[in-house]
Amino acid sequence: MAIDRQTVSRTAFLSRLKIDDDKIDAAENEFNKILNWVEQLNEVNTDDVAPLTAVNENALVCREDKVTEGGQADEILANAPMAEYGYFVVPKVVE
Amino acid sequence: MIITGKEHNWEIVCGLEIHCQIISEAKIFSGASTRFGADANENVSFVDAGMPGMLPVLNGYCVHQAVKTGLGLRAKINNYSEFSRKNYFYADMPTGYQITQFLYPIVGEGVVTVDLDDGSSKDIRIERMHIEQDAGKSIHDIDPNKTFIDLNRAGVGLMEIVTKPDFRSPEEAGAFLRKLRSILRYLGTCDGNMDEGSMRCDINVSVRPEGSDELRTRCEMKNVNSVKFVMQAIENEARRHVEVYENGGSIEQETRRFDPATGLTKALRKKEFAHDYRYFPEPDLPPLVLSDEYIRKVADELPELPDAKKARFVDKLGLTKYDASVICENKEVADFFEKAAAGHDAKKVANWLMGDFFAMLKRKNINIEESPVTAENLGALVELIEKNVISGKIAKDVFEIMSETGDSPAKIVEEKGLKQVTDAGAIEAIVDRVIAENQDKVGAYKGGKTGLMGWFVGQVIKESKGKANPQVVNSLLAEKLN
Repeated sequence: MAIDRQTVSRTAFLSRLKIDDDKIDAAENEFNKILNWVEQLNEVNTDDVAPLTAVNENALVCREDKVTEGGQADEILANAPMAEYGYFVVPKVVE
Repeated sequence: MIITGKEHNWEIVCGLEIHCQIISEAKIFSGASTRFGADANENVSFVDAGMPGMLPVLNGYCVHQAVKTGLGLRAKINNYSEFSRKNYFYADMPTGYQITQFLYPIVGEGVVTVDLDDGSSKDIRIERMHIEQDAGKSIHDIDPNKTFIDLNRAGVGLMEIVTKPDFRSPEEAGAFLRKLRSILRYLGTCDGNMDEGSMRCDINVSVRPEGSDELRTRCEMKNVNSVKFVMQAIENEARRHVEVYENGGSIEQETRRFDPATGLTKALRKKEFAHDYRYFPEPDLPPLVLSDEYIRKVADELPELPDAKKARFVDKLGLTKYDASVICENKEVADFFEKAAAGHDAKKVANWLMGDFFAMLKRKNINIEESPVTAENLGALVELIEKNVISGKIAKDVFEIMSETGDSPAKIVEEKGLKQVTDAGAIEAIVDRVIAENQDKVGAYKGGKTGLMGWFVGQVIKESKGKANPQVVNSLLAEKLN
């Protein structure tokens, strides 16, 4: 699997990362190096092996249905670049 | 519903995806409250706000609610399910991804039986149901240049129910949504209020030539928020497809917006890369493994659901199928009815409930829990009629007083002296007087105008102020006039 310039730009867009045009070649190169390394896994025969999501299957711990957090709007908004009337404020999101 | 075309007729193919907010105290992955109507961002934890390093912890009760819902949809509960990340960028989704389920949902295939207006039933197949977190709310109308974000809803648990494309008409979809809402309310897993957004519907519509089994390109309409609008959107979108095909055009797969003001749909601007969600298994949550024992325990908690209750009301209490389905749609109404009907003629109680009682609730604009007429008192009123203590006509007056004062019917009948007169002697005196005072009509009756009998009965009952027993009046008049 090889990554081209277009895929780099598209991935950057989806991740909301700004990559200057003169850095795309370098990013493409890095991307391909990582993918090539991961592709070593293809050497392993995985026929009839179910995909493995987690190694500790029965490890899911649940919480009780109790309200333990909240009432901290000021702290939640503390890092917001813009906030008004207790809301986060962002540039108009047009549909 | 078949749409008439130029060369052949067209059939609608429609499937629904319904997002249902899970009833729980806390959110699905954090300890913040789910309460509606709090001040902006008051019900937000650092997990919900997407702060770095925060980890989601699954609310066990939300799982319990989802399993209960799955069982209510007569669906397979999967012992193994997984959470996934659905990546997309939007201002009211602070993590940049939604935790949802993708390849391995908690609930598999099920079925919901819907009752249609013509008295028939149809099974709508459920494809799957998975659990996920809700997004926050964007408010666009406070400022022309800014969008305001409230994260109170971010992280509230949702169940997304996906049907197979089994709907062939808007009516079927409407009946399904009403039935689903009824089941969810019986289960207590979602309040089903579409106007408040706790149940939201995405619609997929395509059309095909009648009799064909092909599946053509579909269009999706998101977040339609009432049963009526869902029905309108399906019909109008299907008609649009027919028009496009018949004019030689083709349908593009796209998301369209339903405009409640016009009832029409229009294309949304096509979002670039709109469907590149890059799902992958959620690394912060291990798989969800449920034992058969756990599922059995939840099954033991299931209440009697609308279909079973309806069947019981028909079989054991003798209600008609129609009456039973009206009464069973709402659990509170069904419970009220059962209480009122206990020990009385259930059919008569049902008539009173669906007639005068529902009219009273509507007139007062109150719901059944607020009714001044209790279930016991409605049952007692029917009993007074059954035992001939009052006539059906007087009962209507008594009911009016009950709905004002909340008094028991026995008390009202006693205080107002409304007891029916069955004593033949007292009624006979009135009958004689009416006959004596209306000799002309007696003549006419004997001359063949037998229809006047009804008039005589009415006069006697009126003279008795409604208290004379109609059967006694009838037989006395018949005796004296014939």
